[in-house]
Amino acid sequence: MGSRKGSKKTNVNAQELLSFYKDMLLIRRFEEKAGQLYGMGLIGGFCHLYIGQEAVVVGLEASAEDGDKRITSYRDHGHMLACGMDPNGVMAELTGRAGGYSKGKGGSMHMFSKEKNFFGGHGIVGAQVPLGAGLAFADKYLENNRVTFTYFGDGAANQGQVYETFNMASLWKLPVIFVIENNQYAMGTSQLRSTSTPDIYTRGAGFDIPGEAVDGMDVLSVKSAGDKAVKHCRDGKGPYILEIKTYRYRGHSMSDPAKYRTREEVQKMREERDAIENIRSILLTGKHASEEDLKSIDKEIKKIVNESAEFAKASPEPKLDELYTDIYA
Amino acid sequence: MTTEILMPALSPTMEEGTLAKWLVKEGDTVSAGDILAEIETDKATMEFEAVDEGTISRILVSEGSEGIKVNSPIAILADDGENISDLEVSDIPNEKQTLADTKNSKPKVETSTIESISEPEWTDATKVSQKTVREALRDAMAEEMRRDEKVFLMGEEVAEYQGAYKVSQGLLEEFGSKRVIDTPITEHGFAGIATGASFAGLRPIVEFMTFNFAMQAIDQIVNSAAKTLYMSGGQMGAPMVFRGPNGAAARVGAQHSQDYTSWYAHIPGLKVAVPYSASDAKGLLKSAIRDDNPVIFLENEILYGRSFDMPDIEDYIVPFGKARIWRIGTDVTIISFGIGMQYALKAAEELAAQGIEAEVLDLRTIRPIDYEKIIQSVSKTNRCITVEEGFPVASIGNHLSAYIMEHAFDYLDAPIINCTGKDVPMPYAANLEKLALVTTEEVVSAAKKVCYR
Ligand SMILES: Cc1ncc(C[n+]2csc(CCOP(=O)(O)OP(=O)(O)O)c2C)c(N)n1
Ligand SMILES: [Mg+2]
Repeated sequence: MGSRKGSKKTNVNAQELLSFYKDMLLIRRFEEKAGQLYGMGLIGGFCHLYIGQEAVVVGLEASAEDGDKRITSYRDHGHMLACGMDPNGVMAELTGRAGGYSKGKGGSMHMFSKEKNFFGGHGIVGAQVPLGAGLAFADKYLENNRVTFTYFGDGAANQGQVYETFNMASLWKLPVIFVIENNQYAMGTSQLRSTSTPDIYTRGAGFDIPGEAVDGMDVLSVKSAGDKAVKHCRDGKGPYILEIKTYRYRGHSMSDPAKYRTREEVQKMREERDAIENIRSILLTGKHASEEDLKSIDKEIKKIVNESAEFAKASPEPKLDELYTDIYA
Repeated sequence: MTTEILMPALSPTMEEGTLAKWLVKEGDTVSAGDILAEIETDKATMEFEAVDEGTISRILVSEGSEGIKVNSPIAILADDGENISDLEVSDIPNEKQTLADTKNSKPKVETSTIESISEPEWTDATKVSQKTVREALRDAMAEEMRRDEKVFLMGEEVAEYQGAYKVSQGLLEEFGSKRVIDTPITEHGFAGIATGASFAGLRPIVEFMTFNFAMQAIDQIVNSAAKTLYMSGGQMGAPMVFRGPNGAAARVGAQHSQDYTSWYAHIPGLKVAVPYSASDAKGLLKSAIRDDNPVIFLENEILYGRSFDMPDIEDYIVPFGKARIWRIGTDVTIISFGIGMQYALKAAEELAAQGIEAEVLDLRTIRPIDYEKIIQSVSKTNRCITVEEGFPVASIGNHLSAYIMEHAFDYLDAPIINCTGKDVPMPYAANLEKLALVTTEEVVSAAKKVCYR
């Protein structure tokens, strides 16, 4: 795992710890439910779960301010929940219903929220990287001191457009944080089999973009790295790279033969490094919360998730004339 | 409380599967994320995880059971602390019943019933066996790689993973990592590298995980691979194949569901093959690999698992530019290719029941196109419709209409109708997706319209 520096120095209080716990747990339970609904045939097509990676987006959202933007790939449910989008609307999009964020027309990979400055949900590996820099270009142009979080995977980090973007973002000092969610695999290809220099953050050096590796199983490390990157951008110093070392517990999408890694590898990660368990034990040993407190949080989250599933089942399919709407403005 | 663990849908197209192996037994406690079983679909063997915690109180489907329908109960999970004896009897589906049900629903192999017509190499004596399109493609690559050392395969997940859609299964094992090469996710880069290698005399097969991702690489395909022979005055070209699934799969949304046939058909210097059946997939791919030009080879995910008659002919080759007549008819010509054929053939059956005899032509290659057979057929039937899944504007059907009008105008008794996908990005919602694609009903009604029926 990446450096742990900064973790201890972060000033987090009990309240924040609790909210990290809650936000991460919401994502996990939501994703488990989505997996269940997929198995029942209520969700179709591709469905990429975020289980295991919760600390990345929850830590970084804690560094964001109102008006900051975010954009990511198809593995996007966690990002949407973390930036405050409504679980009902997300789940209903997964079931392809009118109550979904894209009226059922986008699906798991393609959701957006103007209100929450969430710019999608992109299915083409790497495409969101220049788009994210473009959002930052607009912020700089409008001089509004906002920052854009542009998330992409270790696999995406090999796409050529990423490096075209690095060059322009640095040249034009765009306020964009390139967040590489290095979960070690791109489908069935381990990072070592696809990447000539495994520390992806060092690739910024050729473009004069500072970067660092971050322990993505520790939400506090992520938060402190996020604070640093955000300050760099808001100070007008241009882009910053955070390579966050994380891990996905589930298959790439729903259909994944899982022959490219051992069951033991996954099990070990879950048992020894799980981000939610980490915070849970910090909360308990530091006496910031009791077992009872956490149980009631669990219950509250279960309720939110169950409600979102009920909403997503009950919401009607889009009206047939929606087929021809939203094609032109 | 108990929960039924249901047979999961593990891929967009899965309807049933085989329970290959249980990794838990009755009485085991499990928590969310634990692997419960290995399940086999047509694509792969997959691990199936628990979504809830509890104790496996009953296993309802034994190892090795085939044809288990998605959503049928395969085990019972009890909340921890509960004993199986606490369960109400009605909670437990009748085991015998469940097993019996699954027996009856053997995985059905979709078989095309319509006999091939006018395949010169096939005679009544030719032995045939059933092969899926997936196997046919794999066999074609393997045979050509055995035949010519210069042929190699490159793409995302083609080697160790055995292909994202299992088309390259076994090739790494036979040919090694020098000739079956996993690439990073860098389509523009590896399409360019393969094109450069072809300039230098190798014969690359580039697999795109789907043709949606070839858009990243389309500059190298069009500007480098297609035009170099011309620009070099014939000195060097790109003897290579770009292949992969094209068109809509199921429920994968706008960025993953597009038919690129007419895009590539537009480009002089490219050849374009769009097989429907397994034998054509095999014979055309072998031709494509031997062709000295860059060939765009458009497969279809939905067709991969379908079985067709495969002739037992050694080194079976299907030449480019020869349409296949799947059905002889006198009243209307239906022209299609690739997955469009499934609508064309179904529509022809329904039309026959209504007394309209359709002649069905499968173009098989779009560049070159078998204009001769098209004009022959239209001159006989005097009516024509076209069928494809792609967008309507600048479609292949548009081109065929223009060609037929120019060359067989006097034979036409009605305007040609193009049946296509709708002029909209592919929606995700199930009800809208159905409407967005071309349908058999649309084909039937178009045929009736040109017959003034
Ligand atoms: C341009 C392009 N090529 C290939 C794909 C198919 N594909 C989807 S996700 C994926 C792996 C991406 O891995 P990574 O960037 O590490 O992200 P992760 O899935 O691990 O979050 C691939 C190859 C695609 N969607 N787009
Ligand atoms: Mg990855």
